[in-house]
Amino acid sequence: MPLDTAPVRKMLRITGVSASDPLTYRLMEMGLIEGRQVQVLRRAPWGDPMHLRVGDYELSLRATEAALIDVAAE
Amino acid sequence: MHPSASGSTTNISAGPAATPEHGPNAAAPASSESAAIALVGNPNVGKTALFNALTGYRRHVANYPGVSVDLARGPVRGASRTLEVLDLPGTYSLTPASPDEAIVCDVLCGHAPPRPAAILAIVDATNLPRNLYLLSQVLEVGLPAVIALNMIDAARARGIEVDARLLAERLGLPVVPVIATQPETVAPLVPVLESALRAAPPATRVPLPDALARATSALVASAPAPLQPAKALRVLADPDGHSEKQFFKLGGDRCVLAEAREALRAAGIDPGPAEVRARYAWIDRILDGVVIRNLPPGDTWSDRIDRLLTHRVAGVAALAALLYAAFYTIYAGAQPLMDAIDGGVGWLGLRIGELLPAGALRSLVAEGVLGGVGGVLAFLPQILTLFALIAILEDCGYMARAAFMVDRLMRPLGLSGRAFIPLLSSFACAVPAIMGARAIGDRRERFITILIAPFMSCSARLPVYTLLIGALVPAHAWLGGWVRLDALVMLGMYLVGVVFAIPIALLLRKTAFAGPSTGFVLELPGYKWPRLRTVLQRMYLAGWSFVVRAGTVILAVNIVVWALGYFPRSADARAALEQQQQAAGWDDASFESQLAGAYLRESYLGRLGRVIEPAIEPLGWDWRIGIGVLSSFPAREVVIATLGTISNLGEETDARSPSLRSAIQAMTWEDTGKPLFTLPVALSLMVFFALCAQCVSTLVVIGRETHSWMWPCASFVGMTTLAYLVAWGTSAAGRALGL
Repeated sequence: MPLDTAPVRKMLRITGVSASDPLTYRLMEMGLIEGRQVQVLRRAPWGDPMHLRVGDYELSLRATEAALIDVAAE
Repeated sequence: MHPSASGSTTNISAGPAATPEHGPNAAAPASSESAAIALVGNPNVGKTALFNALTGYRRHVANYPGVSVDLARGPVRGASRTLEVLDLPGTYSLTPASPDEAIVCDVLCGHAPPRPAAILAIVDATNLPRNLYLLSQVLEVGLPAVIALNMIDAARARGIEVDARLLAERLGLPVVPVIATQPETVAPLVPVLESALRAAPPATRVPLPDALARATSALVASAPAPLQPAKALRVLADPDGHSEKQFFKLGGDRCVLAEAREALRAAGIDPGPAEVRARYAWIDRILDGVVIRNLPPGDTWSDRIDRLLTHRVAGVAALAALLYAAFYTIYAGAQPLMDAIDGGVGWLGLRIGELLPAGALRSLVAEGVLGGVGGVLAFLPQILTLFALIAILEDCGYMARAAFMVDRLMRPLGLSGRAFIPLLSSFACAVPAIMGARAIGDRRERFITILIAPFMSCSARLPVYTLLIGALVPAHAWLGGWVRLDALVMLGMYLVGVVFAIPIALLLRKTAFAGPSTGFVLELPGYKWPRLRTVLQRMYLAGWSFVVRAGTVILAVNIVVWALGYFPRSADARAALEQQQQAAGWDDASFESQLAGAYLRESYLGRLGRVIEPAIEPLGWDWRIGIGVLSSFPAREVVIATLGTISNLGEETDARSPSLRSAIQAMTWEDTGKPLFTLPVALSLMVFFALCAQCVSTLVVIGRETHSWMWPCASFVGMTTLAYLVAWGTSAAGRALGL
């Protein structure tokens, strides 16, 4: 499923990163690549962006950006 | 816990690649010369703290030729030869996403001066995999390198142990564990840096997929100038990006690049993602056994704080309360200081005035020079207060959360959460707000934020609103006094700016700053206590850069406007008034104020006012309002003193003085004798002040922050035109409604 629809607080594993543009390239560089764990910690008060834990650090992504990343529940 | 990860601060010896047997590095200058060491790292890893610890807070900021980013450099304390640290902007990768990040790439690759002799790479022990991504790219640029392993204390507190010795062995480079905020732990870095200058560049190469390695070699072989494989990879990985532009600038062959890209496509390889995967695979091998995670079960402290502070009810309430407290501090806290500066400068003016004979020199010193100095210094309390608040909120990690929470609200403007704080603080004063926009990484977003910030009604417009509303808005009240007309008009003035800023932001986003959004990829660092020294340093840097760089221009403009309003003073004007004095029986004080008015009327400024009168007449303004507006160019609040002078009240006027209010009510058109300040005129004047760019400080700071004179000029012309048109519309609408 795309990361933007993933349930909160579930441990997820990245199964694919779609599209290839400077933004997805940057997301991959920041550690959002296949096989890595990611967790949605919460959403911002107006539902977007999302607060993620990627490996050992935390990151904010908009839903449109998170939609480029496919994840599966662990 | 790994036995060797004991957090010792001794330097861990280098592996084979760092021994001098490979011969001295050609890039390292002779030992008598100064050598530059580039400090490189991700954002939020303690780079500035390490810089401060190494240099003892000695920094000079320089704007490098050809680049529009300020770089700080400073000498290393305790080095046996001259070593300089160059503080490069934080970046996640050498494929730049912003001008700041492009500088890192350019300096390391030798495209921009100064060419560093070695690299000091700082990595965050709490988050090594992502930090090693940039490191793996940096190690390939062919410069000797030393690694500072920072935040070993924070990592241990979280249950992450890092075996620094094993990491050094695997990388073949010196790794020095440090706690950047504790200078004594940083001292062991200095001798390691000195010996690194004599070391060979690291031999580290991340293995790439075959097709990508072949394409890289093809590019290297074809290049007319020597091209490093690492640089060739950057060109391939980022189509149309910064490195590709550099490649063509150095005479790179378009056909060879196109062929290399085609070969990669045929092999089914997308160079960017392939590079990322190859690097992370390498990182996993390097870190296997180096990082041992013993994370305690349950949530981190940071996460528990976030549950509250980013909660949809409690978090929003906390943000609102915090913003209110911040505004209160900026308004109420800075006000006594501003009054003290004002009083101090005024007192000094009087004392100096007593020493000088009456005349042009006294007026120049008291009004031109000291008025200008006072005008500059009066901004300082607000700038310092705002930057103290910003530094505290940023250092503790809350700023990123505030941006996270409001991002959704900023999006319709083509902006992101990062623009929120600068825009909000612009309601206090646009000058520190524009300086605060530096924190916005994306250039387009930063420029839009800077250009719409002056539309927010700052505290200098408040006296103008207070005076005109107090004098001319009728005291209507409804609902038992809870809804008052004067309060509504005041609120309207604040809204006018916002209402016009929105379409202008959208217009800029569609025209001058069109392009894809870089999104909102923002790291949320863990919460920590803010450090006093960090806060004081931010206040000092902001205050100093304002006083020195903007202050001088503001002072010059103030003197020019003073001269236009002072000269020429003909003896005829005085003689004519002296004759009238006999007939009208004025006392000395009212004679002086009549004289001040007469002088202003015949000054160059006064003449200019009459020249522009045809242009402002449609607004319902006469030449006196015109010169009020003209003379308020250095700072908006000056209009009050000018109105005081032209209504022949003499100086020493402030917005609350009832005599100025009644004088304004009593002013009439010189030809028809009808009241000058009607409600439509007052409203149009207020709307003009709400929208115009009558603030030389703001314009100077826009010029400084955008590194261009085009944007302040565009701001001035654009905002003044808009202010004029809307003021005209307000005046016309007011008259049509019979106000």
